[in-house]
Amino acid sequence: MKMTDSQTIDAPPDRVWAALLDPETLKACVPGCQEMSGSPEDGFEAVVVQKVGPVKATFKGGVTLEDMVEPASLTISGEGKGGAAGFAKGGADVRLEPADGGTELHYDVEAKVGGKLAQLGSRIIDGFAKKMADQFFTNFKEAVEGPKTAANEAVPEAEDAEGETDSEKKGWLGRLVKS
Amino acid sequence: MPKDSGIGASPKRREDVRFLTGRGQYTDDININGQLYVHFLRSDMAHATINGIDTSEAEGMPGVVRVFTGADFEGVGSIPCGWQVTDRHGEPMQEPAHPVLAQGKVRHVGDPIAAVVAETYAQARDAAEALVPDLEELPAVIDMKDAVKDGTTKVHDDLTSNLCYDWGFVEENRDAVAKAMDEAAHVTTLELVNNRLVANPMEPRVAVGDYNPGTDDHTLYTTSQNPHVIRLLMGAFVLGIPEHKLRVVAPDVGGGFGTKIFHYAEEAFVTFAAKQIGRPVKWTASRSEAFMSDAHGRDHVTKIELALDAENNFTAIRTETYANMGAYLSTFAPSVPTWLHGTLMAGNYKTPLIYVNVKAVFTNTVPVDAYRGAGRPEATFQLERVIDKAARELGVDPLALRRQNFITEFPYATPVAVEYDTGDYEATLSKLEEIADISGFEARRRESEAKGKWRGLGMNCYIEACGIAPSALVGQLGARAGLYESATVRVNATGGLSVMTGSHSHGQGHETSFAQVVADMIGIDDGMVEIVHGDTSKVPMGMGTYGSRSLAVGGSAIVRATEKIIAKAKKIAAHLMEASEGDIELKDGQFTVAGTDKSVAWGDVTLAAYVPHNYPLEEIEPGLEETAFYDPANFTYPSGAYACEVEVDPETGHVTIERFAAADDFGNVVNPMIVEGQVHGGLAQGIGQALLENCSYDEDGQLISASYMDYAMPRADDVPMFDVDHSCQTPCTHNPLGVKGCGEAGAIGSPPAVVNAVIDALQSGGKNVMHIDMPLSPNRVWAAMQGA
Repeated sequence: MKMTDSQTIDAPPDRVWAALLDPETLKACVPGCQEMSGSPEDGFEAVVVQKVGPVKATFKGGVTLEDMVEPASLTISGEGKGGAAGFAKGGADVRLEPADGGTELHYDVEAKVGGKLAQLGSRIIDGFAKKMADQFFTNFKEAVEGPKTAANEAVPEAEDAEGETDSEKKGWLGRLVKS
Repeated sequence: MPKDSGIGASPKRREDVRFLTGRGQYTDDININGQLYVHFLRSDMAHATINGIDTSEAEGMPGVVRVFTGADFEGVGSIPCGWQVTDRHGEPMQEPAHPVLAQGKVRHVGDPIAAVVAETYAQARDAAEALVPDLEELPAVIDMKDAVKDGTTKVHDDLTSNLCYDWGFVEENRDAVAKAMDEAAHVTTLELVNNRLVANPMEPRVAVGDYNPGTDDHTLYTTSQNPHVIRLLMGAFVLGIPEHKLRVVAPDVGGGFGTKIFHYAEEAFVTFAAKQIGRPVKWTASRSEAFMSDAHGRDHVTKIELALDAENNFTAIRTETYANMGAYLSTFAPSVPTWLHGTLMAGNYKTPLIYVNVKAVFTNTVPVDAYRGAGRPEATFQLERVIDKAARELGVDPLALRRQNFITEFPYATPVAVEYDTGDYEATLSKLEEIADISGFEARRRESEAKGKWRGLGMNCYIEACGIAPSALVGQLGARAGLYESATVRVNATGGLSVMTGSHSHGQGHETSFAQVVADMIGIDDGMVEIVHGDTSKVPMGMGTYGSRSLAVGGSAIVRATEKIIAKAKKIAAHLMEASEGDIELKDGQFTVAGTDKSVAWGDVTLAAYVPHNYPLEEIEPGLEETAFYDPANFTYPSGAYACEVEVDPETGHVTIERFAAADDFGNVVNPMIVEGQVHGGLAQGIGQALLENCSYDEDGQLISASYMDYAMPRADDVPMFDVDHSCQTPCTHNPLGVKGCGEAGAIGSPPAVVNAVIDALQSGGKNVMHIDMPLSPNRVWAAMQGA
């Protein structure tokens, strides 16, 4: 599936750029991300737990960054293997444009799934991928701008779907999912 | 009064008692002491190079006994193909190797890469998740027309291209057909798709392998329609086990529809692994595995042209078809788009010139093979759709156009190499008009219009060639097997009979109908006859069940064996009554001497055969057991006419089937109730193809319709109450029962009726739509309406 969208972030492009390359920020923003390590030069290794329709899986995979033009554009591509669940792969062309003191972040995303994910989830995969991208960029915007509500606000437990073990982050993502 | 036993009666199916009360013995019910379980790691990519597989972690996991990969099968044979097609240039088809576990490359989603054998099924599955195959994805070959373009990635690197064969039939007619097309007063052209289907038997495939090192005997329990064929193919070509050391048992089987004809890798695997490990190995497919490993059906893309003269007589037919073989050649795959398809293109009509071209193509998809009807539904759909379109273009009544071109004299030699022995197409069409109440259609159409619905009426005829098949003929056509059938009739001392048949019943009711035949011939109660099938250690070498052959071929073998029994029993009876053998008559289980009141009962004779105290031992042997092998002289040619009435919702494109009538000529009928059930099932499957079912791959070769969330099977509320009739009977002229076969007719004859009806409905609503490809989902119908 393919989609194109944009997000206005209340921070200058160089700050947005730095956040995009920061594994800790990415870990916090990729929905269901359990682990994220590596560097922009060597690529990142990630572990993501997600549920697509009836299929829940732990995806282990790598993310590489290419065509980096600081602080204006880059291409992110990644592939995750989910064992019996199959695999997911995709990429995003990201462009950062200054806008009213902030940044307009444009993204063109392409995502593909294979194996059981495709067999069981094909009807819902487009919606799922869009939801994942929306969540990521919403999280990312929030992470760069800083939280607008109290960080320790009590929130309900996240759905099982997110598969989080860290209860603090679980609440944070859970709130996003429900918003 | 209807008969209550014997031929023509409709006793309830005796096997249903165990099926309906949970007492069936299916392959998954077979559990052998010490058995292990295998789970196959299957490719989630359509096409990839296997750079390696790390099995170390999986091998150390709890319960794991052994992990197999393709390397373990080096030196083991390839899964064989049972039919070789010769192309239009006289060259044999391209025939790739098909390893038990993938070697070097995976070629479709579901291709098995490795197999984990463990103490429990859960342990095998868990360990399979720890296998790490290093797959390097290659471009997937999915679209058939793209697949045969120059420079396309090859599914099999050692073949010259993705073209399995380019078949022309009848090649000598090619130029004459082209000339007839040029000279025709009118040519109707139609491009259409015979959608890819998944058979979906209720019972998924299962295989259990067992090995006895003390005797070197192998046993395979498997969900097969033809255990002897599996024994021959697997024993001789894959594993090198002589047939006397290999027993194949296909016990109760929960539906086949063709997809359980073929020899599958999993059968060879469990047989092989049981010996390697020294313990029984069991595999039970999940529904997901069934979707990506059972052979699929149909998947033809066709252009058909019908030429007519100025008086609307058909003068020529020309077709060009791309037929998907999938990634490997399944057992009978090459025969389906050729000899089971091209030979049917004459249909019920006296078209003098026909040329059929079929390009069979390898793609990175699950192998495609026979599915209920196998080639004949594809042919019927093309022909009956193009005739309907021609009638519309010419502004003539579609039934009148058919009638005008009907074959009326038999035997009739078609221009596509078969000779119809008998038939009466006017009779079934007239019967159809009666049972479908065609004269009342316009009133029903007005009622529908009053409700805001568009009503359409679609009709078609069909013919099929079944009772497969004359061995000498199919041998010339490339079959690597004989297609006779076997039967042994064993009469027990107290008069009951065990009949061992090479046919296999997986829902068809053979245990009931075959017993009716034997009981009728002797004049005893049906309950005295037991039908035994599905075990190579019990049954003489037979070829199994497919192609609507069981009664026509298997039943004929039973008749021949029973005739031998009766002949011998008459000799014994003559001795007992001190009469001449020629004077002995058998009626209602009593042997009498013609013209006298002397008689002995069936049971007296059978007892004498096994207790030969007073017996003509110098003339005949004791015992009463006979075997017959029957090889048919010709195919049988059931035919009929079907009518479908639909309502289309103009707002949504949703189609509902309001009425469906089927008038079939199956020749003589042994059990009318079973025949009716077979027709119902076939109609439901044909309606499934026409309205609902579609097996879809995305451009990367991912199978995206691999569960019942996305693959729409017909349900009870998708079909109407059927009006079926089989009173038009022109008995087959060349088999002893005069039967033709009824198993596939419904699936062959119904898709064009449905599509013709929907087109008629749209036309009645003012939409000039001439064709929509199946399945006619609301989305497709609605989209067609918008474009018209």
